[in-house]
Parts: sequence; C-alpha cells; structure tokens
Amino acid sequence: MELDVVELSRLQFAMTAMYHFLFVPLTLGLSIIVAIMETVYVMTNRPIWRQMTKFWATLFGINFVLGVATGITMEFQFGMNWSYYSHYVGDIFGAPLAIEGLMAFFLEATFVGLMFFGWDKMSKTAHAVVTWLVAIGSNFSALWILIANGWMQNPVGAEFNPMTMRMEMTSFFDVLFNEVAQAKFVHTVSAGYVTASVFVLGVSAWYLLKGRHTELARRSIAVAASFGLASALSVVVLGDESGYSATHSQQMKLAAIEAMWETEEAPAPFTAFGFPDLETRETHYAVHIPWAMGLIGTRSLDTEIPGINDLEQRAEERIRSGIIAYDALQTIRAEGEAADPTVTATFEEHSADLGFAFLLLRYIDDPRQATDDQITLAAEDTIPMVWPLFWAFRLMVALGFAFIGMMAYFFYRASFRGMRFPRWALWGAVAVIPAPWIAAELGWFVAEFGRQPWTVDGVLPTAMSVSHLGAAELLITLAGFVTFYSVLFVVEMGLMVKYIRKGPFLDVEETDAWMARHEHRLRTHDGNVPGAIATPAE
Amino acid sequence: MTLYDLISYDVLRVIWWLLLGVLLIGFALTDGFDMGVGALLPFVGRTDTERRMVINTVGPVWEGNQVWFILGGGAIFAAWPPLYAVSFSGFYLAMFVVLAAFIVRPVAFKYRSKRVSPAWRSAWDWALFAGGAVPALIFGVAVGNVLQGVPFHLTDTLYPMYDGTFHAKFLGLLNPFALLVGVVSLSMLLTHGAAWLGLKSEGVIVERARRIGTITGMLTMAGFALSGLWLAVGIEGYAFAGDVVTDGPSNPLMSEVIRTDSWFAAYAARPWIALAPMLGFLGTAMAIRGLRSGSEVSTLLWSKLGIFGMISTVGLTMFPFILPSTVDPNSSLTVWDSSSSHLTLFIMLVVTAIFMPIILAYTAWVYRVLWGKVTEADVTANSDTVY
Repeated sequence: MELDVVELSRLQFAMTAMYHFLFVPLTLGLSIIVAIMETVYVMTNRPIWRQMTKFWATLFGINFVLGVATGITMEFQFGMNWSYYSHYVGDIFGAPLAIEGLMAFFLEATFVGLMFFGWDKMSKTAHAVVTWLVAIGSNFSALWILIANGWMQNPVGAEFNPMTMRMEMTSFFDVLFNEVAQAKFVHTVSAGYVTASVFVLGVSAWYLLKGRHTELARRSIAVAASFGLASALSVVVLGDESGYSATHSQQMKLAAIEAMWETEEAPAPFTAFGFPDLETRETHYAVHIPWAMGLIGTRSLDTEIPGINDLEQRAEERIRSGIIAYDALQTIRAEGEAADPTVTATFEEHSADLGFAFLLLRYIDDPRQATDDQITLAAEDTIPMVWPLFWAFRLMVALGFAFIGMMAYFFYRASFRGMRFPRWALWGAVAVIPAPWIAAELGWFVAEFGRQPWTVDGVLPTAMSVSHLGAAELLITLAGFVTFYSVLFVVEMGLMVKYIRKGPFLDVEETDAWMARHEHRLRTHDGNVPGAIATPAE
Repeated sequence: MTLYDLISYDVLRVIWWLLLGVLLIGFALTDGFDMGVGALLPFVGRTDTERRMVINTVGPVWEGNQVWFILGGGAIFAAWPPLYAVSFSGFYLAMFVVLAAFIVRPVAFKYRSKRVSPAWRSAWDWALFAGGAVPALIFGVAVGNVLQGVPFHLTDTLYPMYDGTFHAKFLGLLNPFALLVGVVSLSMLLTHGAAWLGLKSEGVIVERARRIGTITGMLTMAGFALSGLWLAVGIEGYAFAGDVVTDGPSNPLMSEVIRTDSWFAAYAARPWIALAPMLGFLGTAMAIRGLRSGSEVSTLLWSKLGIFGMISTVGLTMFPFILPSTVDPNSSLTVWDSSSSHLTLFIMLVVTAIFMPIILAYTAWVYRVLWGKVTEADVTANSDTVY
C-alpha cells in the first residue's frame, strides 16, 4: 500500500473527528437533561431530584472530559496537518472557531468546575443557573463548530483575493446565516439530545431490570422519554431540512446519496433499496418510491433534481471555466496592479470556478496545459464513492425512525401506563444504547465523505489542502493517537461501567427527613404514599 | 465607506498583535499556575491526601484556564492564518507532544481519584506532572526557536514548505539557546505554581512549595538574564529593507527582509520597551521575596507581573516580526503581512470586545466563590466528590 500524505491526513482527521464525536453528543444532551432535573429539584425541593442530578452529572463529567481533551486535537489539527487549507480559508473558517472559544467554550469550561464543586458554596438556585450555563455553553459550542463546518459544505460570503492567494470574507452575515449551517446545527444537537435520552433510558432500564434505584430510574425514564421523543422528531424533521438545502447547495452529494445516475423527470422517485454500481452507472435491484425524492428535495412536483451524469457534465464545464480563471490569475499575479482591466474582468467572471481548475493539479502541473482526457478524468473525480454514502444514509435514517418509535413507546408507557414497562422493552432499551452513536457517526460520514474530493466544496480540493509533511511524521502521530485514544477509551468505559454499577449516592438521612416533613402533603387521595409505587418491573 | 473602515487596517493589525499577547499572557497567568502545580505535584505532595489537597487547589478552575490555550489557537487561526498554518505544521512533532500533554492532563484530573488503587493514582499523578512540565518546557523551546528564526519558506502560491531533514526539523529545535529559554519558561511556571499553592494550600505543602519556588524563581531570573545577553550578542535579528506598507494585502512575499546583527536594535529605536524586561525582573524578584516571607496574595500578583514582563519582552523585542524565516527571510511573517483581511479582523475585534469583558467578569466571580484555602478536611470529608 502506498502511504500517501493526503490519504494519511484524511485517515487521521476521520479517526480523531469520529472519536471526538463519541463524546460530544452525550455532552450536548446530558448537560440539558441534568439541567432539567436540577430545575425540577429547585422547583419541588424533593431530594430524589437532587440525587438524580448528581448521579447523571457524575456520568456527564466522565464523558465531558474526554470530549474536551479530544476537542483540542480538532482545534489544532487544521494547522498541523492541513496547513494549506488553513492559509487558504483561515480568513473565514478561523472566525467561528475563535468565536466558539469566546462565546461558548469559556462559558462551559469555567462553570463546569463550579457545577461539580460548588454545591456547598452557593444557593441551589445559583447552582442550577451554573448547570444551565454549562448546558448552554456546550450547545453554543456546537453552533459555532457547525457554522464553520457548514461553510465547508456551502462556502458563502467569501471570494478569492489574487493578491493574498486565499479566500477572504465578504459577508459575515452570509457565513453566519448559511442555511446549511443552521439546518445542520439543529439536526446535530437534536441528535445529541436523542443520544443522551437513549443513554439515560437504557441505564435506567437496567436499574429497573435489576430492581435497583427504581425511584431514580422511573423518573429518569420519564424525563428521557419526553425529551427524547421531542428530539427524535426534531432530528428527522431537521435532517429533512438539510436534505432540502442540499438540493441546491450540494447537488453532487445528494445525487450520490440517492445513487441517482440520471436526472429523473420531476417529481423524482426515492430509491429505498438497491445496489449502486459505479462501473455501469446503474443501481441494481432498485426499489423506488415514486415522487418521494422530488417532494423531499424540492418540496414541489415540477422541479428537477440533477443526476450524477449531468452533474459530471457540469463539472467538466466548470473545469474549463476554471482554467480561464487560472490563466487570468497568473497574469494578474505577475503584473500586479498594472494588469490589464480586461484580464481582471475575465478573472472575476470565472473566479467562482477557480477551484475546479485545481482538480487538474493531480494530473498535470499547469492546468492550462491539460488535455481533454485529463479534464474528463478530473470531472469524474467530482463523483464521490456512491455505495458507502447510499448505505450509510439509509442506515442512519432507519435508526432515526426507530428512535422515534422507541421514545414514543416509552413516553406512552410512562405517561399513561403508570410507569410500568414490560421486561422485553427494558432489555430492548439496554441493547439499543450504542445505536445513537452509530447513527451520529454515519451522519458525519455522509456529510464529510460525501463532500469529497473537496475540503471546501467547489473551492479547494482535499489533495491540495495538506501540510508539507512526510509520511513518517504522519505515521508517528497517527500511531500516537491510536494508542492514546484506545487507552483512554478503555479507561473511560471502565469508569462509566463502574459508576453505573455503583449507582447514585443515596442520602438516606436527608430523604427520610424530607419524607417525614412532607408526609401529610404527599399522601394521595387513595391513601398511598407515592414512594410505594416503587414496585419492581412487570 | 463601510463600517469596518472605522478602524484602519494597520491599526487593527497592531490591536490584534496586542490581543495575541493578551491571550498568550492570559494563558500563562491562569493555566500557567495549574501547569506549575501539576509539575510540582510529585515533590510537594508525598501522601495521597497531600496530593489530593494539591490537585484540588486547581480542581475547579483548570478547565476554564485551559480555554485560554484553546482560544489562543482559535484566535491565531482567525486573525493570523499564515502564522497558524506555518507554525503548527512546522513544529509538527513538538505540537503533537503538547497535544498529548493537553489530552492526558484533563483526563488525569478527572479520573485520578475515581479509583482507590495506589498504582492507578500514581500513574495519573505522573500524567499530571508530565502534562504540566512538558508543555511548559516546549513552549519556551518554541519561543527560543522563533527568536532565532525557523527554516521555512513560502512558495509563490504561499504554500508553506520546511527545509531540512526530518531529524533537523525535530531535533534541530532542541538547540542550546532554545533549551535555555525552555528552562526559563518551565521555572517561571513552577514559581507561579508555588505562589498559587502558597495562597490556596496549607501546612507542609506550602513549606515545600515555597522552598522549591524560591529556587526556581532565582533560576528564572538567571536564565532570563542569560538568554537576554545571548540574544544581544549571539543571535542575529531581522529587519525590513526599506519602507514598508503597513496596510497592504497579507502576502509576506511582497516585502523584502534582511538579517541584522541583533534584535537589540529595537531597544535603540524604542527605548521605552526596556520597561518590559525590567518588570520581568522586578515581578520575579518580588515573588521570590514573597515566597520567602510567606505573603500570599501579593506573591501571586508579583509572579503575574513577572510573567507579564517576560512574555511582553519577547513580543516587543521582535515587533513587527512574528515568525522569521532563516532560509528565506522574505517569507518571514510580520504584523504587516500575515493577518486576516480587514473585515475579518474588524468583526473579530467587535466579538472580542463584547465577550472578553463578560468572560473576565464571570471568571472573577467563579474565583470569588471558590476563594479560600483547600484544607485537609475539605479533601477527607468529601472524599467521594473531590478530585
């Protein structure tokens, strides 16, 4: 196997990013669930809710710290492994990263210490506010990261500056309100909420199965199922919003996900199942759902969605236009201010396609000398590998719908069946714990692998983005990350399991005192003490 | 006229150069003491309870402090993209070691006391030691290399290339001058950590910390003086040849740079900058005095002043250079040619002006809530919940 710097850099990025995202979704969701529980505690004063808050916060802490630690890698990796990318788009891409630090990360990291160590140092309302600030900080963090990432998918509000050889920002508002970024943000945080809900539900289900901590477990299930149901619906709806915005901003990705080789007559069918074949450019054994794709993608019956073959044709035209831009750019750079205004005008007319000329650099040093064959090859390169996208997307969507079903079921049982859950459902909830992580990783895979061969869609090819490094250096850091991350993963899982087994810290004295004090008020009209519902699962 | 023209490009560049300094100094002042505390840990704490007392002095605050480091990275990316691109990939393996330290440190804080096994705890204690000492040393080594210039050049498409073999790139960083600066930086943060422990801890821990801090403080002053002397006589500086456009496009290749005899020409041109090293000496000397006499708050403040003086010295000596190139001086990155665009600098300034005061306010509030010493009783009574 040839050890190519580009491939190694991509492998390292994929590995560290996917590893980072093992911890992020749980942080996003669990921070809010803990804050909700603490709010209930502040409002009702019932010790059980404080116990729940502290218990889930302990698990949150074990997970949070690895999200922080692995996030540092992400912030620094652009400069280390992707230095031309950093130079070329840092003027736009760096801003949301820095704002993330200022607006979000400082907030969550400064208050997370108080969240764990400040219980005795402030009033409980103040503590609840602190917990909410941590949750808000985490979620704001995701907002800015997705604004940065959204720009890579749909680079708006920027233009190329020939004097500095890079993209420069022309409108901060366009970058901020990039429709791709906004849809992705809500989709991603909702996915995090679902992850945390499934986690809380699964762990609580395990307690019910073991007949332990049933009071805590039932209440946790009630919170997780209602929060989870709302979030699971939001994931799918906003995922659909992402699809809609992809129809005009990321057409090739969409066509590849759908394995849509030819432009279909509107409204296009949705391929529910099939085996995409790049060689023959057909999808074997395809099962189509008529109209569905056209409705999802365009929300109309008469707008066409372009297929892969047509998009490849368009890419070829853009490569030819890019060569004109590239040629004009050389003149402008050689002559500076003295360049002929007609050359400048030519450049401006074609500069949006400059990135397409860079695709030729893989085949020839000077794109202006490219042959027709090379242009055809470069155009073919704009098609991402279809079958992994096709399948990853379908699996993700199936899981998304499954979560809705699961949350709806638990919500129903919790709300209308007196919190009684059949054992098969509880075992199911335990078994499903890893599923939201799989769905989230698949989602990122679709978004990022589907963007290839670009780091910034239509602007900068991946192959051009890397640093001037040797394969040896990349292998050293790759081996380092694999070793480090594997050890940390084992350690983290070990602690999670230990603390789940250990269960919540039971403040028996405080709980008894509180129950005695409120007994008269807690007795329900049929004479039962609410604590008595703590019967084992059916 | 558009809004961002309110502040001219060259002024914005100087502001962002200052803010870069603010972030680096903010990092050294806050995360600096918890790196110092980590590096002191095996020496000031002998028993498990002592070590937990030490760790818990920084337990609730290290996480927020570390954001200065991350924000530093983000702000360099946003305001000085060429610097981010060239330095992070140029110091590649050194950056990786720093990253490893910053990955292992948070985990060590959080996980150390979650199991009672002595082997488990001892392993994480050494992780905390390395997580504090190694970056403290490497940051100094990096500064030492930046002062001498780094072997990189930019191609005409501004692609950063590094010259020299793999070994030269990594081991070449470990030259005598750079190592000396590394020692200054490490001992500076050890002294700062000792000053912090003097304020937040008690008993035998404080005694040990003060003893070590006095020695490292003296080492800091000696090393700082020696590296200054070396820089004055033994290391070439850089300067622009002829006039310079301060508000032109950010393209380092558009200006001509020459080597000069010494960076110290800056002190002839702008004598007032000598104030910075003087504050460095003064702050450190007073911190040593405070460590010996047992003052608490004032020692930490003097130590902060010393750090402020020493880091400012580096920046002011090199201004307007940020990252000079040994092999192709014209590729050197300077304040005038390696920033973001006018618009980006302006927007980032507005965002910073809004959020930095808020950050400082709530950080101050958190420190106020946590005010007071971490006692032995704090650790033993809350054994399940504290670090």
